[in-house]
Amino acid sequence: MGFLKNKRRRNYFFFFIFLGFVAVSFLLKFDTGIAIGKNFSIFARDMALILPPAFILIGLFEVWISREQVEKSFGHKSGIMKYLYAFALATTTVGGTFVAFPLANSLYHKGAGYEAVFTYVTAASLFMIPMSIMEASILGLKFTLLRLGLSVPFIIIGANLLKGYLVKRNYSLPVVE
Amino acid sequence: MKYLYIFTVLMLIISFVKDKKKTVQGIKLGLKKFNKILPSYLVMLIVISLILLISQKFIVQYLGQKNIVLGTLTGVLIGSVTMMPGFIAYPLAGILMKEGVPFIILGGFVASLMLVGVVTYPVEKEYFGKRVTIMRNVLGFIISLGIAVGIGIFYGEVF
Repeated sequence: MGFLKNKRRRNYFFFFIFLGFVAVSFLLKFDTGIAIGKNFSIFARDMALILPPAFILIGLFEVWISREQVEKSFGHKSGIMKYLYAFALATTTVGGTFVAFPLANSLYHKGAGYEAVFTYVTAASLFMIPMSIMEASILGLKFTLLRLGLSVPFIIIGANLLKGYLVKRNYSLPVVE
Repeated sequence: MKYLYIFTVLMLIISFVKDKKKTVQGIKLGLKKFNKILPSYLVMLIVISLILLISQKFIVQYLGQKNIVLGTLTGVLIGSVTMMPGFIAYPLAGILMKEGVPFIILGGFVASLMLVGVVTYPVEKEYFGKRVTIMRNVLGFIISLGIAVGIGIFYGEVF
């Protein structure tokens, strides 16, 4: 099984075994397997629809947006405005963290500061508009406004704590081709 | 979702009019990145579909309590290790709310559900590295507790 040493191949291998298991479950009416297959389809559908256009947009971002532009808005000279930009980008990111992770990585390599990058990622998971609307309709508007409002200082303080630690260690995020 | 497609097409048209070569280059770059990360997303999907199987039972069983300290900690813990779509999570939270489960517990659960992604680890580590991913999620756990306590204070459940 030497070919399983490659991480990509191993992941694909697991995935096809998983698909086989789900298919067999449907054939044999194995309830647990069917439930797992249905759970899978809930997220798989969203990902299949969101990820391709999202990655095309990330590709366009890479070729069109210059380092200077990113540095100006999200870099060290941007002051308090970078948090506003980070929150603005976060609320308009469709797909939450699944899309925010790759975009955050691209932003970082174009010169965005750690505090802006982590503010963006964290805000992208908490400020999803469709989720928040659903939440407000079930748990009440007060609950949602509290959750969003309270998270702002935590997000910014947390991002700066992380930044302090990473800058001190001269850490840089992995380069993803 | 519809807007994502409208926006993408719009951007592609603008980009294409401005510079054909750069557009092709951008699309290629984006798809290459997508192709590279796809296996990690697939593994994450498998983990999510397995976890979703047991988490609903868990939530009803363990969040339906009125001990605030234990309940909030459990809420944040369960929210951290699970991942579920809003249309499952919120109706569940709504049922718990009607049963009288305090908002501080629901707040911890909802916040950590979004903030802490134990199951998204395979994808996040590719972009941030293992150490940052772990630190960021630990921080998310603490922030979720903070948000929960804040919500509890505003609803008069803490003092």
